[in-house]
Amino acid sequence: MNQELIRDKLSSNFPQEVIQSAVLFGEQISVTVSAEKILEVCLFLKEDSDLAFDFLSFVAGVDRYPKAPRFEVVYQLYSLKHNHRFRVKTLLNEPENGLPEVDSVTGIWPTADWHERETAEMFGITFNNHPDPRKLLLPENWSIHPLRKDFPLQGTGEDTPDLPS
Amino acid sequence: MPEQASLIAETRSEKLELNLGPHHPSTHGVFRAVVELDGEIVVNVVPHLGYLHRGYEKTCENKNYHKVIPLAERCDYMGASSNSLVYCLCVEKMLDVEAPERAQVIRVIIAELSRIFSHLFWLGTHAHDVGAMTPLFYTLREREELMNLFELTAGGRLMPNYLRIGGLIKDLEEGFVERTRSFTEHFDSRVDEYETLLTKNAIYIDRTKGIGLLSLQDAIAMGASGPMIRGSGLAWDIRKTQPYCGYENYQFDVPVETGCDVYSRYLIRIEEMRQSNRILKQAVNKLPEGPIRAQKAGVIFPPQAEIYTKMESLIHHFMLVVEGLKPPVGEYYQCIESPRGEMGCYIISDGGPNPYRLKWRAPAFINLQSLALISNGCFFSDLIAILSSIDIVLAEVDR
Repeated sequence: MNQELIRDKLSSNFPQEVIQSAVLFGEQISVTVSAEKILEVCLFLKEDSDLAFDFLSFVAGVDRYPKAPRFEVVYQLYSLKHNHRFRVKTLLNEPENGLPEVDSVTGIWPTADWHERETAEMFGITFNNHPDPRKLLLPENWSIHPLRKDFPLQGTGEDTPDLPS
Repeated sequence: MPEQASLIAETRSEKLELNLGPHHPSTHGVFRAVVELDGEIVVNVVPHLGYLHRGYEKTCENKNYHKVIPLAERCDYMGASSNSLVYCLCVEKMLDVEAPERAQVIRVIIAELSRIFSHLFWLGTHAHDVGAMTPLFYTLREREELMNLFELTAGGRLMPNYLRIGGLIKDLEEGFVERTRSFTEHFDSRVDEYETLLTKNAIYIDRTKGIGLLSLQDAIAMGASGPMIRGSGLAWDIRKTQPYCGYENYQFDVPVETGCDVYSRYLIRIEEMRQSNRILKQAVNKLPEGPIRAQKAGVIFPPQAEIYTKMESLIHHFMLVVEGLKPPVGEYYQCIESPRGEMGCYIISDGGPNPYRLKWRAPAFINLQSLALISNGCFFSDLIAILSSIDIVLAEVDR
């Protein structure tokens, strides 16, 4: 199935508020989905027999600081059955207090487990209902999010007070 | 005997927590797992990663596109050129350039040599982990030949750093083709030698057959790729399903096994070495003449000779070094079949000279996720065999 057909299939099954935009880059379309409906869309992408995205390549976070909405969560999908790839992403606003939240897709693709743990610690995004929300690569007591764009690359201890010494 | 009776009464039955690593010979790097044991049976494995985390993705976001290549090779240092290949292909996709024919064939040669290189070291250390000392000496012998080949043409032995965006840094060194050809001619018989040591070895079969069962359903759910999923019965190879670098022009088979165990993964990797050798033979014979780098002013470095003779080339070279190349705004994903599976590179460009975001899909990282699933209920000694059958490179797992 080519990219346009997948996009059309998605937009004919979900209202416009859910499928917010679709942009073609090279040979792949990136579809932006509203964060509240990400589970429904992902489940549809996996269960629909024409799409059958049974393989999740990765989950990645993106920080668009200082733009708003600040965060993106990207899901790169592949269908072993039909040999096609597709990309879905969702945009997250930074709340005034606490961390942005999105539902975990580990129930749909168990492989998302470590990807989401890595994204959570690196970007400070909370994945709701994640079965094992510990840190993965960073020490448990760190409260920093190194892949955020406002994270300093260098500086003295005073410049970087939240860095563990 | 009353003494013995009291001993039995005091037999403790709670689970034992055993710390494996981070420095343990069988973890091949700095990987730590807390293993929960009931007697000798593994009940649970909790992996702890990050001892080798270097902030690779963050570093890449602060470097020009050209400067990422040597960094990328330090991810999966066992199949170093696979990393630079997937990165270069991804950037080429962003720039809409294609490497010339000769560069593509040389890339295939380097990539397949890397695959054999990686599988050889895997075979040696894996056999060592399950108690067979000899194969390591055999495989290191051929690995040395490959390192000499890399050294001859690229300088580096472990990390050749030979690929560039748009092609290669320079043409093959004199004698490379002949030496590669002579390697391909005797390599098949060397694989036969490894097989005489292991394939029908009763001890080896006892240690590996039926151990570490990963069903196909689980393999797909856990995102396993490469020899892991092919050992579980799915003939999925990105070189066949989504060919790059002209892999569609080579004849080779995708080995597949249905045992789902450590032994199947071993058979897959053995056969992959033979198939890689088959590809190498074809590539060496069809190697066309021509340029080794695409030409596109402002994004691809001009040929070295032109820099000294042409003013425009000198300017382009200078600007590329000083400012870097600036791909159009967009986001691209490229994946290849690395020795360990689907290695992917996802780059978001904001039009600047650095990748705005670079996500590395490291196959070893994702394959390792299945460890807890497939080692529950096995003996502790089998856990070592299972871990080595996953073929992890910790530099790639932690990035």
